[in-house]
Amino acid sequence: MTLKEVKEILSAEVISGDHDLEKEIKYAFAADLLSDVLALGRGSGVLTLLITGIVHPQVIYASNIFDLGAIVFVRGKRPTEATLQLAIENQIPLLATPYIMFETCGLLFQHGLRPSIAKVKNG
Amino acid sequence: MAEAEENIRFHEMFHIEGGNFTNAGAISSRVKKILKEAGFPGKIIRRTSIAAFEAEMNVICYANQGNLSLLIAPNFLKVVVKDEGIGIPDVKLAMREGYSTANEKIRELGFGAGMGLSNIKKNTDEMILTSTSGQGTHLEFIIYLDRQETQPPFE
Repeated sequence: MTLKEVKEILSAEVISGDHDLEKEIKYAFAADLLSDVLALGRGSGVLTLLITGIVHPQVIYASNIFDLGAIVFVRGKRPTEATLQLAIENQIPLLATPYIMFETCGLLFQHGLRPSIAKVKNG
Repeated sequence: MAEAEENIRFHEMFHIEGGNFTNAGAISSRVKKILKEAGFPGKIIRRTSIAAFEAEMNVICYANQGNLSLLIAPNFLKVVVKDEGIGIPDVKLAMREGYSTANEKIRELGFGAGMGLSNIKKNTDEMILTSTSGQGTHLEFIIYLDRQETQPPFE
């Protein structure tokens, strides 16, 4: 689906990256632990959406490592000013949805988005 | 670690300030940029950047100060991270997944899950970690450019 569809499904606000709404998104990863993003991030890169409640700049640095396609902040959270500036610099679109993480994931899954990794090997 | 210093064709050192969370991640971001501009394959860049990010966070979270050096040789990338600080009393224990001494501040930022060191090991071909309690920690890791079949466990 496109980022524009993600926006509509989640009644999300586009905080930055308005011009990138045609970007294709196929996978998603949801976490509030950057340690998990770093440990389980996948190579699907630009096609992947990060769903998170973390709003400080480290979320952009971590996303940048994986060349992630976009970030959706859940639970109505808003990025800090430093996060926003860094996202613009790194050209990572930011969206914000009022839905909680579970609902966000459920809605996107229902519409065809798939996990970037479904389960860990040694869990 | 097999290495001939004369083979190093690029060397840059970055200073890391312990406790300065504001720009945490900025150095590994610069490492990534350097590797990208040098034209390395995406997977090599990603593995190096992940390991560098984890190492950078460790210095910021636990040390007073430190530095991260990126060395590029014809057939490998090497990162050396030295810090001055409390050090790691039990390196073997610290390497265990899930073991963490992170405080509330670190956890609030979404780190401190005790996965950093093992994640460095997973993403690199060689890793050496030594520490003197109360003095500091020395970490080195290598990623070979001619061993791209080496896969991180989740790819």
